[in-house]
Amino acid sequence: MAKKKGETIVTVYPAWCKGCGICVNFCPGKVLEFDEHGKAYVARMEECIGCGFCELHCPDFAISVVAKDKKDNKNNSEHKDEGKN
Amino acid sequence: MARKPKRKELFALGNEAVVEGALLAGCSFFAGYPITPSTEIAEGMAAKLPQLEEGVFVQMEDEIASLGAVIGASLAGRKAMTATSGPGFSLMQEHIGYACMAEVPLVIVNVMRGGPSTGLPTNPAQGDVQQARWGTHGDHPIIVLSASDVQECLHMTIAAFNFAEKYRTPVILLLDEVTAHTREKIVLPRPEELTIINRTIPTMPPEWYVPYEETMRGVPPMPPLGSGYRYHVTGLTHDEHGYPTSKANEISALMHRLFRKIDQFFYDIQLVEEVETEDAEVVVVAYGCVARSAKLAITQARESGCKAGLLVLKTLFPFPRTYVEKLARQCKKVIVPEMNMGQISREVKRVNNGLSRVVTINRVDGQIITPGEILKKIYKD
Amino acid sequence: MVETTKLIHEYLRHSKKFPHVYCPGCGHGIVLGSIIRSVHHLGLSKDEVVLIAGIGCSGRMAVYVDFNTIHTTHGRALTFATGVKLANPKLKVIVVMGDGDALSIGGNHFIHAARRNIGVTALVLNNNIYGMTGGQSSSTTPENSYSTTTPYGHLERDFDVVNLALGCGANFVSRTTALHAQLMDKLLTKAIENPGFNVVEVLTPCFTQYGRKNKFKNVVEMYSWYRKNTIKVEKYKELPEEKRAGKIPIGVFSDKQEPGFEEKYGQLREKLRSKK
Ligand SMILES: Cc1ncc(C[n+]2csc(CCOP(=O)(O)OP(=O)(O)O)c2C)c(N)n1
Ligand code: SF4
Ligand code: SF4
Ligand code: SF4
Repeated sequence: MAKKKGETIVTVYPAWCKGCGICVNFCPGKVLEFDEHGKAYVARMEECIGCGFCELHCPDFAISVVAKDKKDNKNNSEHKDEGKN
Repeated sequence: MARKPKRKELFALGNEAVVEGALLAGCSFFAGYPITPSTEIAEGMAAKLPQLEEGVFVQMEDEIASLGAVIGASLAGRKAMTATSGPGFSLMQEHIGYACMAEVPLVIVNVMRGGPSTGLPTNPAQGDVQQARWGTHGDHPIIVLSASDVQECLHMTIAAFNFAEKYRTPVILLLDEVTAHTREKIVLPRPEELTIINRTIPTMPPEWYVPYEETMRGVPPMPPLGSGYRYHVTGLTHDEHGYPTSKANEISALMHRLFRKIDQFFYDIQLVEEVETEDAEVVVVAYGCVARSAKLAITQARESGCKAGLLVLKTLFPFPRTYVEKLARQCKKVIVPEMNMGQISREVKRVNNGLSRVVTINRVDGQIITPGEILKKIYKD
Repeated sequence: MVETTKLIHEYLRHSKKFPHVYCPGCGHGIVLGSIIRSVHHLGLSKDEVVLIAGIGCSGRMAVYVDFNTIHTTHGRALTFATGVKLANPKLKVIVVMGDGDALSIGGNHFIHAARRNIGVTALVLNNNIYGMTGGQSSSTTPENSYSTTTPYGHLERDFDVVNLALGCGANFVSRTTALHAQLMDKLLTKAIENPGFNVVEVLTPCFTQYGRKNKFKNVVEMYSWYRKNTIKVEKYKELPEEKRAGKIPIGVFSDKQEPGFEEKYGQLREKLRSKK
């Protein structure tokens, strides 16, 4: 897990976001804001400290937080999982 | 040729015969709550099940919980049952509906006592017949069986499990206090003499499994939990994948399949015993302990030259209408003695439809109907 | 805890429509995420997990996740779970219930499952209200608060789920809130592995049916309330009596490893068979 600023990529899936405001209000870096449709979007990616709070607390699984250096092999967890079906 | 081992004989109560029958049928799970006059079934199971390799007996906090646990065990692949009497049977109605909807095979023995409410704990009655058919809310099919002597308690318990497994449905075995508490000699059949039916389990790869698929038989295969076929079980009206639906066509498909899977095998399910009916002019239709009195009455009537016959209903629902109709056509009078205000006679009258004269004998005073009472009606015009 | 959302997507049923039916900000979704992460963390296969849910918004969870799932009747989930666990002790049984489900209509089953120490994990999603049926009072609706059936304020007292579970002898008793997902993961991971009856109470906001009627402006305020009013149980115990009022302790309240009922029953069978 990245600890320094700017080491993570935060993605919001607007289709699943219900605009509850949990991520927007509790993000320690104030990374997220609401867009004109009332959905969360990443306004200040560089402020993200990669704490993972938004990802753990989005009730709709609409945010992912991925470490930048892991971007290329981010499918790891999915592969691991398939073996256990 | 090797000599066949002798069949074991027992001097048993009706309730004890139920225990023997259940074990022969492959029952390995019992959950229940004590209530007279069914308690000997729970006690018998409590003693015997832990002696089996995987047997489980559990006394739950009430009858709702008992049937809940039975459903859980059945979903996990066990042949499971419970036993109760009127007050407990009332509490079970919620989960009977669930078992119908989710198509969970299980057996419920209801040893009937006088009602309503706490009623007559130690007296016999037959007042739960229509409750067994219609007790849970919503339109649903169900199989209801009965037994009139101790040996039959054993065989009908096996039949109950077989039907439950074959049709993926709850089956209710209705006994009465007299049958359950009569002690007589019974013969334990050898396992190889019995036909034991087990539910069909899916054999296709799990990704192709459609849990509530529409098939000719109407009875989808049922995997035990944890065997690789992950699916959703629910009491909500569901589509063929088991997911809740409110689409009219899917609702209709489910409801019709639920009925069809029982209806189309009606001939397999209707079990009766005919006694001297070939030339009978008067036919008694009876079930449970009353059938025993009726048998005596018929013998005496025949001795005095009266052409009387008896139809013993072992299946109460789906109602064995073909037998009743055939006899109603042939005879002048049908007598329906029962220990309620006329719960099976309603069915008989419906099927009779004016073919013959239907006479009822109804007792609701906690006393059995005697052969003499039936005989009187046989002779009376 | 990165990449967890991708992981969660793997466990959801791809044939179901998302986003799920829950209201914006409803904590039930957070709990579902935590269950999935805990199962994954423990290295359990989807096949060995049985998720059994009661009736209510909380119960709807079962349909969304690709485990063996059973959506039972209102209040009776623990009875089904008892049957499943006794029939096949190898299965990991997780039971999800609302507060009304677990403690109002299902109260009798709850206390007996705890007393019997059946080996399941019982999650009580406590939103202090009947969410699904439109905001009627439940057995955890706080005194003086409003619901559609207590329009003049609730006169009854509410259950303390943790104390109730402790009183019934549950092995593992714990509490968290939907805002404390990391703690939730920890508690659930522990509970699923622990023998016997394990309780995880999750305080979770229902703004739609409870918050609005009780002076919360939005769901975020309800989460903030959890942040302000909860305290780690270890710290809570250090507080002097007079400072405890209004504080809700979270964490682990009991952590016993007594054998579950199914285990004891297995031992009984062994004993009887060895005598033969
Ligand atoms: C026997 C029965 N009684 C009543 C209902 C109606 N009902 C459905 S959900 C519910 C309450 C749900 O509240 P809770 O358990 O707290 O769960 P939530 O919806 O808040 O998650 C009720 C009363 C029912 N389905 N079955
Ligand atoms: S927490 Fe999730 S649903 Fe809520 S606003 Fe953020 S992204 Fe949207
Ligand atoms: S990971 Fe933490 S800092 Fe980054 S956006 Fe999410 S809540 Fe904000
Ligand atoms: S009504 Fe309440 S409990 Fe139900 S989904 Fe909405 S917020 Fe959640």
